[in-house]
Amino acid sequence: MTLKTEPVSVNLGPQHPSTHGVFRFRVTFDGEEIKDVEPIFGYLHRGSEKLAEERTYAQVVTLTDRMDYVSSMLSNQAYMLAVEKLGGIEPAPRGVWLRMIAAELQRIASHMVAIGFLLQDLGAWGTPLTYAMREREAVLSMFEMLCGARITNSYLRPGGVFMDAPEEFWPTLDSFLDALPHRIDELESYLTGNEIIFARTKGVAVLHPQVAIDASITGPMLRASGVDWDLRHRDPYDYYDRVQFDRPLHNAGDNFARYWVRMQEMRECIKIIRQCVEQIEPGPVRPSHDDVPFLVRPPAGDAYAAIEGSKGELGFYLVSDGGISPYRCHVRAPSLINLTLLREMLIGTLMGDLFVSFGSIDLNMGEVDR
Amino acid sequence: MTRSWSGEKLAEAIEAFAPGVTTDSNASDVWVQPDRIKEVCEGLRSRPEFKFDLLSGVTAVDYVDHFEMVYHLTSLPKNAKAVLKAKCGWGREDPVVPSVTPVWRGAELQEREVWDLMGISFEGHPNLKRIALWEGFPGHPLRKDFATYAQSLVPVEELR
Repeated sequence: MTLKTEPVSVNLGPQHPSTHGVFRFRVTFDGEEIKDVEPIFGYLHRGSEKLAEERTYAQVVTLTDRMDYVSSMLSNQAYMLAVEKLGGIEPAPRGVWLRMIAAELQRIASHMVAIGFLLQDLGAWGTPLTYAMREREAVLSMFEMLCGARITNSYLRPGGVFMDAPEEFWPTLDSFLDALPHRIDELESYLTGNEIIFARTKGVAVLHPQVAIDASITGPMLRASGVDWDLRHRDPYDYYDRVQFDRPLHNAGDNFARYWVRMQEMRECIKIIRQCVEQIEPGPVRPSHDDVPFLVRPPAGDAYAAIEGSKGELGFYLVSDGGISPYRCHVRAPSLINLTLLREMLIGTLMGDLFVSFGSIDLNMGEVDR
Repeated sequence: MTRSWSGEKLAEAIEAFAPGVTTDSNASDVWVQPDRIKEVCEGLRSRPEFKFDLLSGVTAVDYVDHFEMVYHLTSLPKNAKAVLKAKCGWGREDPVVPSVTPVWRGAELQEREVWDLMGISFEGHPNLKRIALWEGFPGHPLRKDFATYAQSLVPVEELR
């Protein structure tokens, strides 16, 4: 006997524990199957791009912290690269190494959050999240040593970072890097071979590589569809051309592939940080105030700089009119652009997989709405 | 290292398939006529000498006497990038440019953002609604004549 069903529209969010912030869907279900999805944005819009126009170049860093608040070091880095390109500022080598270390630590923390909450969405309530958050906590404590802040770091300045790492930072970093591979192994031994996770994530919300490229999807999401595109490798910024690392790829393009790519990328982050620590040399962490004054006044013009953020290509497009604040500051936010195909990914999947697929995109509402 | 197209070379290459479309170029950027932007983008995407298959970003800048659309293009197979610009909305009348969403799906949310915050509308966009603000919000905040609270207290010249 077949039951007669009819579509029902359900509103999910904006206040929902699984929406990773304040995000709203209007979903049409037929039984358990998703028939249509309409994403509704804007609940966290603070007008960061407009606010940047009335702050000095150094002050805008605080706004970039609050865009993607689980990877603020990476936002800082993308913004500073754009300022340096715009102003023709030559960064101090020690500052560059330090911000590379900070950026890779941040990538580990951000991927840990993505994996932890993905498992939370799968229904593994609390436990995997606690394992993931333990590593993030260690990273945040190291950020506290570097700059005194844990989430909203504002660590970077035009041409480098604002202060050198204290002496106790290096042994802490070393012991963290020693412990982390075992911690990742431990986490993977629970998850990567887990049959329940296979059943729930394999073949769900599949993204084909050509479709993903067409929709401007970048980052771990694109690499999970088998496209070898990583800006650290293809278009090296800072000193990424002086470090060796692999780029984990998966061909399936499903939720499991996206989880797996992030897991493996954390191991590459460890390799990169080790090479940074080997190559870093004593010296100033940023240019002197004679070279780069407190009020940076880049010549009139524009510049676009992009980095491989934890979520994809994170770019800043800055326009200067020669004044002390940007004339226009645009953010190429990977979290927003990776949502382009949300509707196509979700249609045909089941109600229970909705938040798993959504979580596997790894987005941050602070960056989506800005 | 990703190769950046020089503006002059790209202008020459665009002229080869769409004569008379470029209006200006410099070392890094090319300016094209806004009403033919879709035709140019289709060529840049499909022609074998360009193969710009990934649209990195779409944005707009308000230069008070006109607006400027800025497209950042990336080619994965050729590992190249280019910047395409179009000046539109002279005299601040409501600017309209053709949408590039039919060319690259990735422009969809970004063009909605430009419409919402800058007030440039896109002809042929499948779903041109506000994205960050609500329907009925007065004005477009990223325009220079939209004053923030701080700007309404102190003249802009004194803030600089």
